Amino acid sequence: MNIVVLVKQVPDSGLARQLDAQLRVDRNGANNVMGELDEYAVEAALQLKEAHGGEVTVLTLGPGQATETVRKVLAMGADKAVHVEDDAVGGSDALTTSAILAAALGRLEWDLVIAGAESTDSNMGVMPQLLAARTGAPALTGARKIDTDGSSITVEHQRANGYDVLTATLPAIVSVWDTINTPRYPSLKGIMAAKRKPVETLTLADLGVAAAGPAAASNEVVEAAARPPRSAGQIVTDEGQGGSALAGFLAAEKFI
Amino acid sequence: MTDILVYVPNSGKHAAEVLTLARSLGDVSAIAFDDAAASLAGEYGAAKVYRVEAPGADDYFVDPKATVLTDLARNANPDFFLLPSTDEGKALAARVAVALDNGLMTDVSGLDADGTASQDAFAGATILKSKSTKGFTLATVKSGSTEPTPAPGSPAVETVNAVVAEADQRVKIAQRVDEPAGDRPALAEARVVVSGGRGVGSAEDFALIERVADALGGAVGASRAATDAGYYPHKFQVGQTGTTVSPQLYLAAGISGAIQHRAGMQTSRVIVAVNKDADAPIFGMADFGVVGDLFQVLPQALEEIEKRK
Repeated sequence: MNIVVLVKQVPDSGLARQLDAQLRVDRNGANNVMGELDEYAVEAALQLKEAHGGEVTVLTLGPGQATETVRKVLAMGADKAVHVEDDAVGGSDALTTSAILAAALGRLEWDLVIAGAESTDSNMGVMPQLLAARTGAPALTGARKIDTDGSSITVEHQRANGYDVLTATLPAIVSVWDTINTPRYPSLKGIMAAKRKPVETLTLADLGVAAAGPAAASNEVVEAAARPPRSAGQIVTDEGQGGSALAGFLAAEKFI
Repeated sequence: MTDILVYVPNSGKHAAEVLTLARSLGDVSAIAFDDAAASLAGEYGAAKVYRVEAPGADDYFVDPKATVLTDLARNANPDFFLLPSTDEGKALAARVAVALDNGLMTDVSGLDADGTASQDAFAGATILKSKSTKGFTLATVKSGSTEPTPAPGSPAVETVNAVVAEADQRVKIAQRVDEPAGDRPALAEARVVVSGGRGVGSAEDFALIERVADALGGAVGASRAATDAGYYPHKFQVGQTGTTVSPQLYLAAGISGAIQHRAGMQTSRVIVAVNKDADAPIFGMADFGVVGDLFQVLPQALEEIEKRK
């Protein structure tokens, strides 16, 4: 079974993040890491490969520095990579991004595409459905469990108050939450092996995508402002009265 | 007149919020697949209801409704098409966007009549204002964005009969499993959320968090550290990779306030924190904080709450 896993390099959400002068996500000044949920997608892909054979290809779209993320996925155990890298990509919206990724998927042989349920920079969570619309493959999103017999797929789609069991025939597109597995760390052997694994770099021209970047975007950011800081609150140290003080505050705010 | 198309999935609070926001922008036409949703639309001021009869649509994931919504949007050609920002709402909006080659905005927290949408970026640290430049304004609206206000009316009802095409039968919903929700309000919609973190220390001791939540009529949440440690089920996680909440009151106990957690709760109206560590970042955003042992502070607070009730 051939699997393509989608990964995106994003600014580390554990540190302060900002927009650049063009009101886009600042990727130059940030500490960039693999999207937090992408690691679970990679692990799911590797486990399915271990059970069913085949190849895992990592597909990413991003600037040159995204190579670090690609190498990490190869070190975890993916077999090869496709990195779409083009100066015209910066400032693309989700719809353009999906057109580019769909074109790249069109060049690959796959039974299954696996992605994180959302990126941890823009958090839109729409890419699997956008790709479903563009590739014609069904999307089974928000999985907390995946089962496949090689020709069909069953996932548990996580909801707030339970889950739905979804089934479809392959090829299909699946996205996963962090409830699905515990991602492995790259081994030293894996890190060494990753250096020799093939990484194909493609441009928009290679993919036949003509329109990208801000000019092709379907919305425009007109203003960005830092959220006003919350006014400083009252902090008390418990010396035996902390609980009463807390209850007093809640009563004053009419929560009791 | 500005025309607003609204997808109403059910008769819940989030749907009522979207209808209320939509009504402030212009004439609302609601899309309802069942009677409960249709009656909510009437109660919240829709001028028109498309009451869709699509036998079998519920047996399949996303596709049948996406087709219906696409057709209705194409024909209505509205100024706005709003959906609740849920997994389903986002999925449907994405499908409509591609099918109609239209722009798409998600997790919008406010909208002006001129189409300017407010969104939080970077876990709420930045507020963006954006405008759609392609087609109508297609947006999913975050829970908690508007106070739902009824405006009962008698909408014109148009029945839409839809047949589920074979192409839309690719993802079958083989089973729906509801896990017991208990008596507490749903996390994403609760007016009060009481959350525990690593400082709670064990699954057993989460009972204290539950007692405080129950005393305040709230939902229970947990930080990622607490769910990863197995103290509380993952579905109650508040944060970047969990549920985003925006309650009137958020009480964080034994939670340091890492960015990952703040992402999920920093737009709460009132934030209260209890933590042993006076340097915990959560105190920087708290309206009221107690530096102390939560096992001393919360039981005393509980006793006081019971007394005051």
